[in-house]
Amino acid sequence: MKGNSYFSRKLHSLVGIIPLGGFFIVHALTNFQAFERGPEGFQNGVNFINNLPLLPVLEFVLIYIPLLFHGIYGLYVAYQSNSNLGRFKYGRNWAFTAQRVTGVITFVFVFWHVYQTRFQVYMGNISHEELGSTMNHIASSPLVFTLYVIGVLAASFHFANGLWAFLISWGITVGERAQRVSSKICMAIFLLVSALFILSLVAFRGDEFKEVADAVTAVRSLL
Amino acid sequence: MAETTVASKMVTFIITRQDKPESQAYSETFKVPYRPNMNVISALMEIQRNPVTAEGKKTTPVVWESNCLEEVCGACSMVINGKPRQACSALIDQLEQPIRLEPMRTFPVVRDLVIDRERMFSALKKVKAWIPIDGTYDLGPGPRMAESKRQWAYELSKCMTCGVCLESCPNVNERNSFIGPAAISQVRLFNAHPTGEMNKEERLEALMEDGGIEGCGNSQNCVRSCPKGIPLTTSIAAMNRDTTKQLFKKWLTV
Ligand code: SF4
Ligand code: FES
Repeated sequence: MKGNSYFSRKLHSLVGIIPLGGFFIVHALTNFQAFERGPEGFQNGVNFINNLPLLPVLEFVLIYIPLLFHGIYGLYVAYQSNSNLGRFKYGRNWAFTAQRVTGVITFVFVFWHVYQTRFQVYMGNISHEELGSTMNHIASSPLVFTLYVIGVLAASFHFANGLWAFLISWGITVGERAQRVSSKICMAIFLLVSALFILSLVAFRGDEFKEVADAVTAVRSLL
Repeated sequence: MAETTVASKMVTFIITRQDKPESQAYSETFKVPYRPNMNVISALMEIQRNPVTAEGKKTTPVVWESNCLEEVCGACSMVINGKPRQACSALIDQLEQPIRLEPMRTFPVVRDLVIDRERMFSALKKVKAWIPIDGTYDLGPGPRMAESKRQWAYELSKCMTCGVCLESCPNVNERNSFIGPAAISQVRLFNAHPTGEMNKEERLEALMEDGGIEGCGNSQNCVRSCPKGIPLTTSIAAMNRDTTKQLFKKWLTV
């Protein structure tokens, strides 16, 4: 095994899909429960994740460590490129630059989002049951809502386009036709995943999440 | 006569010039009498004969490189109206005026439009883009290549190391050690050859070092820019597949 850039770049591509991409999809589907089934649906999703065995280990091994590696190494990869969109206005060249720009946006967004949600649970400021109401607070502010929409669009694009590039970097889609077809599929995935996230953000703004939030505050004040 | 009326038409060139490798670039404008079917090289020859700028100032002749004049040697590559391409096949009639000529700055500029493509030749050496057959006795004929394979391999053999694909690549720059698309495609060519295949792993290993194939960021500008129509992105993906296999082979065997 060689500790060179070939190995790190390959690993960077892999962890972007497994486990990070996988987690991203699970996250999108869990959130979507808020839209599809309301507060209870969302709560069930949260509970399901929190009842997984060895959760702290899973979180570190499958999320935090890969995320930090992918994020920090990714910033270096972005730094190593020179966007030349001015001279070459081709669709794929747009995607090349967009992949780097959305990567940086996602990096910042993920830190902020984790700070607002999971980190607050760690700090004991909120409980898992209150995540729905936390999201209600977040999504109710027009500014934060807009920033979240930008964040999820960037993350979804980065994931979908990264999947397209992963298939090439690992030598799965080799021919021109295969790459063209996979690029269409990946763009469909981008649209689908962003729709899931944006619909859940809209759902979080709903009164039912606010009522849950109010109820929690009420119970709190009683205790 | 028809010729005199045609000769009154002028073609304007804005040329980025540079006197020495380290000196500052500057630009000069030239007006060249139009002749039917002229190309960028014949216009540069005209400037060489009469090195006077559009403002009437006498200057040094513009320096460029060319050899074959039929788009097979790659020596005359430069950036013409923003796109890297060969000057000998750039017909004036098909170019928008004023015509802007710049050197391909991805490479060190030697003078004016002359660049040093040494990095491409060292890349070919690095990946061993040749077939070792020398020995102390006659090894006899090698294995035959299937015709179906020969057809696509021939397309890859058209590469003239012109450097256009490197110039168009956003990942070939001073912050990145990426070897560039051309050499990767040559690995595919020599690994496809029935005798070359015998040293296949050495070439793959060369692509698995720092600055090797991993430097590709899939902008796919190269395949759209290559004057020879070489399927560079297919070559890169095919070598991605072969280096991946090589990686697992090394991990799992021995
Ligand atoms: S692959 Fe094409 S663009 Fe690149 S050096 Fe060879 S001929 Fe030129
Ligand atoms: S002079 Fe050989 S390619 Fe133009």
